[in-house]
Amino acid sequence: MLDIKNLQVTAEGKQILRGIDLHVDQGEVHAIMGPNGSGKSTLARVLAGHPEYEVTAGQVLYEGRDLLEMDPDERAREGLFMAFQYPVEIAGVNNAYFLKAAINAQRKHQGLPELDAVEFMQLVAERSKALDIDKGMLSRAVNEGFSGGEKKRNEIFQMSLLEPKLAILDETDSGLDIDALKIVANGVNAMRSPERAMIVVTHYQRLLNYIVPDYVHVLSAGRIVRSGGKELALELESKGYGWIEAGAEPVQA
Amino acid sequence: MSTSTETIEQLATREYKYGFFTEVETETIPKGLNEDVIRLISDKKQEPEWLLQWRLRAYRMWLTMKEPTWHNVKYDPINYQDIVYYSAPKKKTALNSLDEVDPEVKATFDKLGIPIEEQKMLAGVAVDAVFDSVSVATTFRERLASVGIIFCSFSEAVREHPDLVKKYLGSVVPYTDNFFATLNSAVFSDGSFVYIPKGVRCPMELSTYFRINARDTGQFERTLIIADEGSYVSYLEGCTAPMRDENQLHAAVVELVALDNATIKYSTIQNWYPGDKDGKGGIYNFVTKRGICAGYSSKITWTQVETGSAITWKYPSCILQGDHSIGEFYSVATTNNWQQADTGTKMIHMGKHSRSTIVSKGISAGHGQNTYRGLVRIGKNATGARNYSQCDSMLIGDKCGAHTFPYLEIKNTSARVEHEASTSKIGEDQIFYCRQRGLSTEDAVNMIVSGFCKEVFRELPMEFAVEAQKLLSVSLEGSVG
Repeated sequence: MLDIKNLQVTAEGKQILRGIDLHVDQGEVHAIMGPNGSGKSTLARVLAGHPEYEVTAGQVLYEGRDLLEMDPDERAREGLFMAFQYPVEIAGVNNAYFLKAAINAQRKHQGLPELDAVEFMQLVAERSKALDIDKGMLSRAVNEGFSGGEKKRNEIFQMSLLEPKLAILDETDSGLDIDALKIVANGVNAMRSPERAMIVVTHYQRLLNYIVPDYVHVLSAGRIVRSGGKELALELESKGYGWIEAGAEPVQA
Repeated sequence: MSTSTETIEQLATREYKYGFFTEVETETIPKGLNEDVIRLISDKKQEPEWLLQWRLRAYRMWLTMKEPTWHNVKYDPINYQDIVYYSAPKKKTALNSLDEVDPEVKATFDKLGIPIEEQKMLAGVAVDAVFDSVSVATTFRERLASVGIIFCSFSEAVREHPDLVKKYLGSVVPYTDNFFATLNSAVFSDGSFVYIPKGVRCPMELSTYFRINARDTGQFERTLIIADEGSYVSYLEGCTAPMRDENQLHAAVVELVALDNATIKYSTIQNWYPGDKDGKGGIYNFVTKRGICAGYSSKITWTQVETGSAITWKYPSCILQGDHSIGEFYSVATTNNWQQADTGTKMIHMGKHSRSTIVSKGISAGHGQNTYRGLVRIGKNATGARNYSQCDSMLIGDKCGAHTFPYLEIKNTSARVEHEASTSKIGEDQIFYCRQRGLSTEDAVNMIVSGFCKEVFRELPMEFAVEAQKLLSVSLEGSVG
């Protein structure tokens, strides 16, 4: 589904990713871990098409197509979803209205009829329970005045409505207390399926107790320095990132 | 991203869609202004002597006045002798029905989406269409007349309802008021007149559509709306002009009179030609609009969506004379490319427990400069008066500017006045967030801007709220890079 080869990225002239190779298949959940500044959020944002990054080398194929040639909105309509680390507030734009516009943009792209207000509200009613989304959150402006936990729940709620093929969760656990983390993780787990791939970017192993990955990759200074199964996350937790960085040095040199 | 830049460039080159010119035979007087020109205009309109004298007094006053310079807009000096003060589509005889309107003029309004044939009209909207200096058609007059409502061109009102005109003309904006209003008083050619009798709720939206067509012509229309005791009217004006390289002057005056318990809702969608992307051409829009809430619990609401004009200079205001009277001002002003706007309101509280609300949304893009200027004056007798003002500015890009000049004059200690202001920048992050959910850049900007303007749009009559939203998106096209 996703094939990243030698991806190199700069932002404001500074190199952040120095050659990423990653292959993700349908049904797989990959965790990307790494210390602050290692480039894991950059990877997520580049895949989503954020304009502040420049790809200087490498290739990304998404379902066989050149992902980097696609506009961010086209990527989204083709089923790539990113849950933001810092969801953006949009004053005056009703959250439900925003969600409906997003769903219908995607449906239009797929040649499906747009949902009317009634169909949309039915879908919302069905999906909102699991994530503890109340009516108030739907009628408020997008993310405006939402608590940190509400923002993250709202992201996963959007994901559940948009049913992406590839979901990228950028530090979805940051700023969540344990109860909120469980709600979010349950929401994500409910969406795991043989057709859907997920990339879970996180600093902490804690999230991976709830969203158990198939693969774990550790990023350091813009490269994947180690890949393994879910046990790698536990090893990392007990030994700390220093262990990886120390071990990684000879590779980088 | 290279691809999105392309789309933006495409959008930026899209042209002002109302910029066409209609070939129509016109009766145009030579350029320049003097007493003879004023006599000529008055004569063409077969006006009574008192009105001619009123015009001449205004003209003589105007000669002694200086063009204001306190505003935050810059433009080359206007040569008032280089303007044509009267231009009208030629017609053989007086119009008896809408069928006699020049087909070219009719086609122009059709093209603008303003059909002036009644059977094709939007249900529930009566239109007065003003082409250059004259009103060419007013629809639904009979139906309105059956409940006693007068809706006609200003010239007709002078002929057929001289007492009403004489009583109220200049009663809110006297001919001595200010440089542009005084000029208008001397040379105004036409406009709309509305009278709603006691206790009548106007059954449809009334609307005037102004079109400048001829070259080198100034448009000086005058609108007078009187809502008698306990009546209600909702009125909307729209305006467009052809694209031209030179600037054209539009100096209108609008006077509103709301008597006891009467309500006037006056909405404007201003889309005069804004000039090209290098700032060449465009309308200079120097307009004086004022209403008086003359009686107990009178209410006037100004709602304006200002997207056009090279320069916008207008301050729709309310004199809150009656006790418990209410004044409201809701404004969205956008400036893109090289447009400049200096706009706001004045709320003059005189009556006890009078209340006013000001919500101003300024959007600046390109090199646009957007100024809010507002005065809240609470007179010494206005016990218990209240005002709430909110001025928000949104910046798109980093070459534009937003400025806020709120003036407060409070002479009664029981008054409560609140002022809130904010400035925000439309963020790349907001646009990216929307795009990540599948919305195009254009849809994203529209959504963010409409969200910003929501409190104003919801004050517009339904059909026009949709039009305003579309207009806003057109005027901001290409502003995000």
